[in-house]
Amino acid sequence: MSPSAVALTTIFGLVAVGTTIGFLAGMRRKMDLEQWTVGGRGFGVIVVYLLMAGEVYTTFAFLGASGWAYSRGGPTLYVLAYLPLAFVVSFFVLPQLWSVARRFGMQTQPDFFSVRYGDKYLSAFVCIVGVVCLLPYFQLQVTGLGIIVSIASFGGIGRTPAMVISVALLAAFVLASGIRAVAWVSILKDGMMLIAAVAIGVGIPYLYFGGIGPMFTAVTHARPAHLTMPGATKNLGHTWYITTVLLTSMGAYMWPHAFASSFTAKSGDTLRRNAVVMPLYTISLAFIVFAGFSAVLIVPGLANGDLALLTVVRRSFPPWLLGLIGGAGALTAMVPAAILVLTAATLFAKNLWRPIFAPAMADAQVARLARAMVVVLSLVSLWLAIYSSSTLVSLLLLGYAGVTQFFPGVVLGLYWNRASTVGVFAGLVAGIAIATLLILSGRDPYLGWSAGFLGLCANFLIAIVISGLRRYPVHD
Amino acid sequence: MEPAAKPSLGALLLALVPFGGMCFSVALWDRVEPRIGGIPFNLVWLVGWIALCSVCLWGAYRLETRREKDRGRE
Repeated sequence: MSPSAVALTTIFGLVAVGTTIGFLAGMRRKMDLEQWTVGGRGFGVIVVYLLMAGEVYTTFAFLGASGWAYSRGGPTLYVLAYLPLAFVVSFFVLPQLWSVARRFGMQTQPDFFSVRYGDKYLSAFVCIVGVVCLLPYFQLQVTGLGIIVSIASFGGIGRTPAMVISVALLAAFVLASGIRAVAWVSILKDGMMLIAAVAIGVGIPYLYFGGIGPMFTAVTHARPAHLTMPGATKNLGHTWYITTVLLTSMGAYMWPHAFASSFTAKSGDTLRRNAVVMPLYTISLAFIVFAGFSAVLIVPGLANGDLALLTVVRRSFPPWLLGLIGGAGALTAMVPAAILVLTAATLFAKNLWRPIFAPAMADAQVARLARAMVVVLSLVSLWLAIYSSSTLVSLLLLGYAGVTQFFPGVVLGLYWNRASTVGVFAGLVAGIAIATLLILSGRDPYLGWSAGFLGLCANFLIAIVISGLRRYPVHD
Repeated sequence: MEPAAKPSLGALLLALVPFGGMCFSVALWDRVEPRIGGIPFNLVWLVGWIALCSVCLWGAYRLETRREKDRGRE
């Protein structure tokens, strides 16, 4: 067999194993809307943990973080800081959220806004922003899958056909199995990913430089400025680092899927204990970053940094190992992608279409609409992935700038009973407008500050001032 | 919807510690030297703080659960 056949067979074999686990987990259960989207709310500690860990480790970490270490250098360190800090933030938000969610029977993020602020337009707006922000995150996974398949085929399969194959497989997987299947495939995916991360992060520096220490010595000599901020960039300095870490650590659980995954837990205490342990899980990301830094000297001059990790793997390891690592990467894209598209489709059907356009719709019809939306959203992301040239990290940061704008509405809504609908709505709109304008006009970072963070500051300020002006709380 | 119970001051302070260590203090530790085991100082610093982050949250967890228990007894 040719090297590309070995690598591709291994990848598809792994994906097949993962999909089978998913189908088996999804079988023997009646697939109504509740079961398909929130697993019938019956998830125990372990499944919730798997689901949340599954959401942390995406293609973004695998190809995106290593790609940034390769092309940008020092600024990549923000990835190692924001995830642990996101769990710190979650410690003070998720248990409180969980208890109101249980009391009021919330299933989705817009449900929270609808219950707390009692305004269907605010919750519809939250829903639209959520779906729009999920698209680049989903697109990121599709792009990652395309990269994996095309590199493993040694260029035999182009990126576009590779992405078409991946999306078809993904949509079939989601339609057939739902959220429970996704959680169980996470076991295989995370196990493989941890092994792959250590193998790459330790193995590659060892093969070329004789160890991690000598590798860094070599990088320091060749590119003295690469390992600190701003690295190979002009404008990603310390101010950018601080504002981006703050933005993303507050935003991590504002993603609609992450927000709702806390609802599936059995108790608020589970979520707190999760937050204590989860930071340790991110240490493995350091290995991925090591591999990205090694690639600087092994395969210099790649036009797209996202290709760096797998290009080095292909050059260094036999095809079967490339296949195993690629397969781990493929699952790492498919599991989160399934969660993302499932969340976006459900949000659209349940929180946007039904309340605004078709109040009489039955649950079974909503479920059918959500399934149709899985196909539509998959096609939209495929189209975006084919025609966009953004790097994986910039796609993620784009989504973060949007979803983090929910943070003031959530935190003020939980802790401050004077937080008013008008104040929160105005803050949200202002925050999104500022972030969008700055990003679309190419001004991110603006004067060194992350654009999303500037939006967030305005958002908080407006929400607090307008809410404070009202003499009485609007809701009790 | 009544507001959620405020977290204790101790837990909040413990939560601020990793933000100080990993985020605001970046200008102090974003250096290559001294390297430890050959690994640049900024990377070693962050990985160390990831572990400390869990330690801080564990402390906050102890504080919060003890407070809830006390409140339950009243």
